Amino acid sequence: MESDITMPRIRRELYNKEICACSIFGAMNRDGERFNGEGVMLAIANMHVRGNGLGGGFAAYGIYPHYKDYYAFHLMFTGRSHQDKVSAKKELDGFLSSNFDVVFDEEVPHRDESTVSDPPLVWRYFVHPRKEGDDAMLNDEDYVVSKIMWINTRIENAHVFSSGKNMGCFKGVGYPEDIGEYFMLDELYKAYTWTVHGRFPTNTQAWWGGAHPFSLLDTTVVHNGEISSYGTNRWYLEMYGYACTLQTDTEVIAYAADLLMRRQHLPIEVVAKIFAPPIWNSIDRMNESEKKLLTTLRMVYAPLLMNGPFAIIIGQTNRMIGLTDRIRLRPLTAATRGDMFYLSSEEASIRLISPKLDRVWTPNGGEPVIGELNSIRKVLQ
Amino acid sequence: MARAAASQTSVGADHIEERIAVAEIDATGLQTKELNDQLRDLLLSGIKKVNIRNVCGQRYIGTRLYTPEHLRMEIEIFGTPGNDLAAFLYGHKITVHGNAQDGVGNTMDGGEVIVKGRAGDVLAFSMRGGEIYVRDNCGYRTALHMKEYEDKKPVLVVGGCTQDFLGEYMAGGIVIILNLLDQTHKANFIGTGMHGGVIYLRGQVEPDQLGGQVEVTAIEEPDRSILDRYVSRFLERFPEIGMSQREIMQSQFYRLKPKSKRPYSNLYTY
Repeated sequence: MESDITMPRIRRELYNKEICACSIFGAMNRDGERFNGEGVMLAIANMHVRGNGLGGGFAAYGIYPHYKDYYAFHLMFTGRSHQDKVSAKKELDGFLSSNFDVVFDEEVPHRDESTVSDPPLVWRYFVHPRKEGDDAMLNDEDYVVSKIMWINTRIENAHVFSSGKNMGCFKGVGYPEDIGEYFMLDELYKAYTWTVHGRFPTNTQAWWGGAHPFSLLDTTVVHNGEISSYGTNRWYLEMYGYACTLQTDTEVIAYAADLLMRRQHLPIEVVAKIFAPPIWNSIDRMNESEKKLLTTLRMVYAPLLMNGPFAIIIGQTNRMIGLTDRIRLRPLTAATRGDMFYLSSEEASIRLISPKLDRVWTPNGGEPVIGELNSIRKVLQ
Repeated sequence: MARAAASQTSVGADHIEERIAVAEIDATGLQTKELNDQLRDLLLSGIKKVNIRNVCGQRYIGTRLYTPEHLRMEIEIFGTPGNDLAAFLYGHKITVHGNAQDGVGNTMDGGEVIVKGRAGDVLAFSMRGGEIYVRDNCGYRTALHMKEYEDKKPVLVVGGCTQDFLGEYMAGGIVIILNLLDQTHKANFIGTGMHGGVIYLRGQVEPDQLGGQVEVTAIEEPDRSILDRYVSRFLERFPEIGMSQREIMQSQFYRLKPKSKRPYSNLYTY
């Protein structure tokens, strides 16, 4: 994949920092049974006070079974006027039609715009890569990622904020329950995994593209905390062809997860030790082979260490992962009930939609909790 | 809405009637402030006992119940109370029938909290008086900067185990971790920065799990009488545990005390 990204100066020099006390929630049916967004909207609304209405978003897996073989691009066209949005869309349409076969596209349905402020034009495209020339050497996913980076850096008011197969992100400025309402997630979509975020931004302005989740292909991230290593992480990821354009620190986690898990095939247990490595004192107390592994990871992947407090939920086609920083400076509660697996900033939100639980626990810092589909075949068929 | 249901009870052969007022609150859909407003109104109207049903994430339950007359109330919570349950609690008694979230007993002043389940992170944070009993496990940073002054000496008893940073910067009070379901403690950085109070751990703990500021010893006779008193109170509150005082007291206990009252006295001085 190309690593020569040229970011426009205006984007490169934006001040990027965010501290938040957000809410995160995830619900997964490990048997692949799909359910609508009503429950997770109630659950996140129960943590209303953790956000401040300046960002909310959802990732949903299994929502496009009719187009499951195509990459589902969700596009946001921003700008001051309707004309700005339309002209960004025109430019994007031209780029898409020369690089992809677009099998279907439409505006993402939504309720009355009065419930949210200043919404962008949100459009979805179901596409198949059309690789020509040198691009024919790339696998589909690398091809798609390189085109997304091209769009996000070159087309001023167009942002691809969701790009996986049979899944999609919905996000914007508002409380998460309002965003869910706006995109009609309680009526139009059924997913086997939902992750949700309520935002409390303090250091960057709130805008539709800066809301969580952040995603690339089928990997999505919702995050409570602050990545103070954002600058280092971003520069490192740029070398691998990832351009951070959305002005929120969480974006680096999504791209780092794509680099480590999809391209470098590292298991999540190792990735967790890269994002949240044990402190040197703890490493000193380990046995020789553990010590060697952890020391090597800290050396090789130092620029991908996520410094600062965080609790995140990573969504992927076949699993949902919860992870906190190594000393758990942000809360995360995990719970199970039958085939259901839940992650939440607060236990009460889980109890609201599932009063009875088989097991409730708070995972140790830096140790991932993973819910996996019993059989991936069910959701791929 | 709060309903004060006054039930009539007759006491003794001479038929002296005593009114025992028990109020009910249905917390469904109530905001944190609305719930705490109702509790305060009930306290001021002389209610001695309140059952709160369908609690789901409302925060600061039991705070803001200070009165100059030292009015006291018993609060039973059914559901999952939100963060900072019993913050600044002023002498009241709160029982949670279920799990509690983060920050139980934050800067609690006096009274008692009983959690018939687990508690989250920063349990008993800055607690300065009263007693907390948690039946199951609890999370990170338990008893963070717990403190004592003269006759005010907070006590925390946990039936399960804790996660890392137990007793961090602890300045006073008594913490007892019974770890009833395990033989060893898994937590690290126990007592980091501790400079007052005492922690009792039942079961095995390795020196490298402890912060550099604590010294670990076996318990002595005065410790045994403290443990006897609070283990028996713990068992009274959770008979469902089904263990005897004798069984628990026979186990190995360790005592953690700070090496110094001012561990950082040389750190910020020139």
